[in-house]
Amino acid sequence: MIDRMGAWRRRGVLAGMLSSAAVVTAPSLLRAVPSGQPVKVGGTLSLTGFLAQTAIIHKIAAEIMVEEINGRNGFLGRPVEYVLLDDQSKPDVARSLYEKLITVDKVDLIMGPYATAPILAAMGVAQRYGKVIMQSSMGIPKLQTYDMAFPATPFGPEPDKTYPNVVLDAMASLPNPPKSVTIVTSKFPSAQFNAVGMRTETEKRGLKVPLYLEYEAGNRDFGAIAARVKEANADFLWVGSLGLESNQLLEALRKLDYVPKTSFHLYPATGPLALSPDGNLVWSSTFLEPDEPFMSRPGVKKIAELYKERATKANLPYPIIDAQAAGMIAAWQILEAGVNGAKSLDDKQIAAYLKKSVVDTIYGPTKFDGKYNHGEPAQLIRQVQNKEWKVVWPKQFAAPGVKLIPT
Amino acid sequence: MPSATLLGQALISGVLAGGMYGLLALGLSLSWGLLRLVNLSHFALAFLAAYLTYELGTTYHVAPWWSAMVVVPAMFLIGLAQHWLFDRFKVNELASLLITFSFAVVLEVGIQLYWTADYRRFETHYSALSIKVGAFYIPVLELVLCLVAGVLAWGTWLWLRRTYVGKALRAAAEDAEIAAAYGIDHRKLAYLLSGMGAAYAGVAGTFIALIATLAPAQIWAWLGVVFAVVIIGRLGNPLGALLAGMLIGASESLAMAVFAPAWAPVVSFSVLIVILLWDPEWL
Repeated sequence: MIDRMGAWRRRGVLAGMLSSAAVVTAPSLLRAVPSGQPVKVGGTLSLTGFLAQTAIIHKIAAEIMVEEINGRNGFLGRPVEYVLLDDQSKPDVARSLYEKLITVDKVDLIMGPYATAPILAAMGVAQRYGKVIMQSSMGIPKLQTYDMAFPATPFGPEPDKTYPNVVLDAMASLPNPPKSVTIVTSKFPSAQFNAVGMRTETEKRGLKVPLYLEYEAGNRDFGAIAARVKEANADFLWVGSLGLESNQLLEALRKLDYVPKTSFHLYPATGPLALSPDGNLVWSSTFLEPDEPFMSRPGVKKIAELYKERATKANLPYPIIDAQAAGMIAAWQILEAGVNGAKSLDDKQIAAYLKKSVVDTIYGPTKFDGKYNHGEPAQLIRQVQNKEWKVVWPKQFAAPGVKLIPT
Repeated sequence: MPSATLLGQALISGVLAGGMYGLLALGLSLSWGLLRLVNLSHFALAFLAAYLTYELGTTYHVAPWWSAMVVVPAMFLIGLAQHWLFDRFKVNELASLLITFSFAVVLEVGIQLYWTADYRRFETHYSALSIKVGAFYIPVLELVLCLVAGVLAWGTWLWLRRTYVGKALRAAAEDAEIAAAYGIDHRKLAYLLSGMGAAYAGVAGTFIALIATLAPAQIWAWLGVVFAVVIIGRLGNPLGALLAGMLIGASESLAMAVFAPAWAPVVSFSVLIVILLWDPEWL
């Protein structure tokens, strides 16, 4: 009897152990592993050439997302394979490569490249072959006239009107609101487009624009521009910069012993500007930074950590996730939602599903029901504080304890 | 109407920016004018030198003037090696364009593989130092660059005119066969000149590391304007290259101050066209 009881007790222990093991391993057993023929998603990025500095960020983000999607059963149970080619920062090369991806490599789906000009080139090819295309970085939404092109970045349909007002609202919140604004911009199309909007909206609010300057993209010497900015001596400096131009202009101003009271920079090189001695307290545009409330969104913390790990490994000097990386992440999230929602790899069905749906992306819920398939704009202002970008405006998107520091 | 201060400041800024054009043009002008080789890889060599200066400065905390002691001789050796290839395969003026372009592309890819495409900035405490003279500010680094470019250009000009080797090089550039008949070993002298050109790229690279932010694609940023400078300054004329650089830099800067910054790129080529049409005797 005692022995039998002992045997039952041993069986109970064994059963308990087996149950525990089942509980621990069940999720991984139940989670389907993608199998079969890979779903090929073709795309290009500017891995070389003048856009390569930013495209590397998109590459890292895309690779993370492909792994994440494959960890979630891929596309319709099949593994996802990202066929990535280098468009050398040239729209004509991008156009040829998308032709190749669709007609020679026979990819199932396509993913857009980086930057307005390559995106426009790729979009033409997508339209010709009836392919749905996601894009994460086209700064002039009105150029996106193809109805199966979906923006992954919440610029909204008219950023030239909405974004200046976010900046102007933030300016108005300062203890001594600026009364005059100098606008200096690159002639790069999306920067110039926003600069014109900034001038119009600034003047509408009754503020003065004593100086409006345009310079060629790739301008080498900012000495004379700096001298004009100094002479205008406005309360606020708005710079339609790309990449390093902000650093170059601020450094040229410092050489003239002039520091603008407050300055905003449209598309700067995130790391170099934050880390530069001239970058302290400058403003820029963003949609997301690795802080609250963004990190509380599902999956964002994990992606931010993965990005930091990969970007550090890739030797990037500023390995912090921001709006650039988030744009590519959102593009893949939208594609994944489209495939899963349509339960198909058919481009028309994916596009039809997306148009009537709300997709949860790293930026939050995103819709495509407005002009040019855009939803609501979600532009934010960030400021360099202690060599890190912090979202400061609108106030509800600032992390606890973070606020816009007046200069 | 822009103020006198603005015009003066723009002029200073332009002349100093022109110093960089002149420094970059120096090696290119010598190679093109005296060796009849159009060395497009000159820009890539300058950037390689800039990246090496950056690496030594940021990783090993070596001051740029000490880095130059290593980087400039290294560039000289690369120049010698490059010329060995030109000599070995009997590269002519036209073929040199294609070959050196390929060499530049290979260097660009190599730089990107090692340093990535991301921007690199060698921050120093003196990078934005300026001297105030009256109402004007003179950036110290650009001033030093101009002085170094001036010393190199003047020294090279004197060397080409006053020394036997310099005269031999000029004679060989005029007519290699006749020069050879007078006992000038053109091939050996060409090695020396090729090495010097690359070394000048090394000097330019040291300043690029200090003044500019580095990215592999920036290799091509100066290409157009420096070619205009080389042609305006006359091939093989080191002083002409420096003066032409300053002329272009000042013209661009004044155009930015008086009209609009977007006019600047038009200026260098407009000056080139005007000077080619005018063809002044003093040039």
